[in-house]
Amino acid sequence: MIVLEIASGVLLAAGALFVISGGVGLLRFPDFYTRTHAAGLTDSAGAGLILLGLLLQGAGWETAVRLLIIMLFLALTSPTSTHILAHAARRDGVPVWREGDPRR
Amino acid sequence: MTTFVLINVTLLAILIATALTISGMRTLYAATMLTALFSLVTACLFVLLDAVDVAFTEAAVGVGISTVLLLGVLSLTRSREAVTPRLRRLPGAVVVLFTGGTLIYASQDLPEFGSPTTPVQTHPLTDVYLRQSQEDIGIPNTVTSVLASYRGLDTLGELVVVFTAGVAVLALLGPLMQPAEAREREVLDLVDYRVLRVVTGMLMPFILLFALYVLFHGDFGPGGGFQAGVIFASGFVLYGLVFGLDRAQQVLPRRVLWVLIAVGPVLYAGVGVANMLLGGAFLDYDTFAPDDAAAGQHIGILLVESAIGVTVAAVMTSIFFGFANRVESSR
Repeated sequence: MIVLEIASGVLLAAGALFVISGGVGLLRFPDFYTRTHAAGLTDSAGAGLILLGLLLQGAGWETAVRLLIIMLFLALTSPTSTHILAHAARRDGVPVWREGDPRR
Repeated sequence: MTTFVLINVTLLAILIATALTISGMRTLYAATMLTALFSLVTACLFVLLDAVDVAFTEAAVGVGISTVLLLGVLSLTRSREAVTPRLRRLPGAVVVLFTGGTLIYASQDLPEFGSPTTPVQTHPLTDVYLRQSQEDIGIPNTVTSVLASYRGLDTLGELVVVFTAGVAVLALLGPLMQPAEAREREVLDLVDYRVLRVVTGMLMPFILLFALYVLFHGDFGPGGGFQAGVIFASGFVLYGLVFGLDRAQQVLPRRVLWVLIAVGPVLYAGVGVANMLLGGAFLDYDTFAPDDAAAGQHIGILLVESAIGVTVAAVMTSIFFGFANRVESSR
């Protein structure tokens, strides 16, 4: 049990770290594409790890099934939305940031 | 307790910051997105207050449908707010300050946050609804039994409001008069986004399944006709956005939608009339199963919730179709 507790704690902390770094990236990154990357990290890695951590808390199989379904949906929708955002920006001709360019 | 207060304070601070940011904004697309954030934070606050049913509705309506409808409106108009002269803004500011001041003054009379001695907690009526309803109706979610049974007449009134609003919006947007005319091209059609189409196609059955789950699980957990209707509508709106309006209207012809808008109130009132014919009062579901009152209540609640779901879904979807048709014919 103690092993599960520790693993759950580690996963939750790692997820929180991803969410925070996603937030920092959203504020600090120089252009649209890099910021999309940061936002996508929050949804996929951050939320995914947090849900895994919650899964290990052992709240009974009914909750576990729900958490798994939520994870599945996030795994489908969050990369899709990130992809669509980047795709739409590319179609609209948003230029990619290169080293030395000003922040946009 | 301190964690609880901390979360509440943080969420309220985010709410206030969002509201202030929206009021200072001139780009309406960004403001619409922030309105969705406002609704999401409100929904979180409702969850903290243990009002999960309300939170569910707020999340589905505020974040989902109303954002799409607002974006639909924005594609018909300019996306930047017109600047109002400073002098003309003065009356508005006076009204806002007066209303805000009154509300703050009135909040002095509210009981202390989390106080156990409020009338809501101590009044015997609370106990009646929380305990008696388990014997009368026998479904775990008291919200549903109050909404659909104890105050079924009020809910019928709400459904008529939704119905009237839907008819009024359709009359204003014109589709009641104009038949679908030939359109040159699909503007809302996101045909070259293949990933989006594939993922939407994959998720669509699950969205509709989830809506059905919310409809029929409303007796046991948060959910019910209003939420399910909105989720149905989000599914159809998503389909229309991704696969184009024409295909969405092939699946759901507008004539069918108009009929469905009226089906809800008719079914709801029909349940009431059926109760009267069976010898009870209007909306007295007990008459459906004279031997077992609780079973009769279950049938009545199920029928009524389905009626609500059908009308809400049809109204939301046809409002979206109305806007989208306008967008296409105006280009």
